[in-house]
Amino acid sequence: MADSTVGVESHDPALRHHFATREQQREASSLGMWLFLGTEIMFFGGMFCAYLIYRYWYYNEFAAGSRSISIKWGTINTIVLICSSLTVALSVRAAQMGKRKLVLLLLSLTMLFGVAFLGIKGIEWYEKFQEHHVPGQSFDASDIVREYPQIHINQQHEQIYFSLYFAMTGLHALHMIIGLGIFLYLTFHTWKGTYTPEYYTPLEIGGLYWHFVDIVWIYLYPLLYLIDRKPLG
Amino acid sequence: MSEHIIPAKLYVGIWIALMILTVLTAGVSFIDLGPFNTVVALVIATCKALLVVLFFMHVKYTSEKMTKVVILSAVFWLFILLALSLSDYGTRMWR
Repeated sequence: MADSTVGVESHDPALRHHFATREQQREASSLGMWLFLGTEIMFFGGMFCAYLIYRYWYYNEFAAGSRSISIKWGTINTIVLICSSLTVALSVRAAQMGKRKLVLLLLSLTMLFGVAFLGIKGIEWYEKFQEHHVPGQSFDASDIVREYPQIHINQQHEQIYFSLYFAMTGLHALHMIIGLGIFLYLTFHTWKGTYTPEYYTPLEIGGLYWHFVDIVWIYLYPLLYLIDRKPLG
Repeated sequence: MSEHIIPAKLYVGIWIALMILTVLTAGVSFIDLGPFNTVVALVIATCKALLVVLFFMHVKYTSEKMTKVVILSAVFWLFILLALSLSDYGTRMWR
């Protein structure tokens, strides 16, 4: 017993007993997060699979639907998310160097970008509600049919494009909202001084989540907004 | 990740590359490349995803080989899902 007491006193406070080194401890947490992100890939993968099949079957309707959503807001939102990923990466770096105030600033900027993304998403969805492009009883894509007489459009199939548009951007937006919650928690603990250059694992893990959500958008952007933008002959 | 601290300049460089690729993919979509529009869009998206994974998510610097195994398996599983599903739905009109 005397031995173990001595062992506890000289123990690195940032290291759990079942790990040999701090590096091993960090890598283990990171690996666990990557396993979770693997399940997330399959979670979104089901939707991407549905998208792929229907796009293959109803290409015309997907092309016309893609033309009808705002490329301006889509591109701005892509840029906003890339900026947020930079601030996340820099915040983890600032934590590694123990610059608490810089971490707080960068986390706040990240949340600001996140809120801006959701706000822009809200504007886009609002426009779609006004245009009756939301799948359901009041769905009406006759404006799209009129706008692109060159493309043969079946309105039922058009509805499938918009179902996938709302499901995929909605699921992504839900992940953004959860991400904002995680970053609020991280900001609170940074403010309290929980994280040090020896222990910043939650920041690293939270960062991995945020970057993953960014990557999902990196694929959603061309798949939803850029299907067919070339001039119609 | 390890104790390795990546220079801020590198992060900013990756950010600039991601911005350029975003503008590029938006621009290319207005040019008629036939079926290659989709190919170019997906190649650019994959380049962006790789930059984020390798540098922002520190996979390039991790000493834990299992992390890379997990990522590659996850992507491989996604391809199983997509390939087997498409081999069914894509060939139903062949009868």
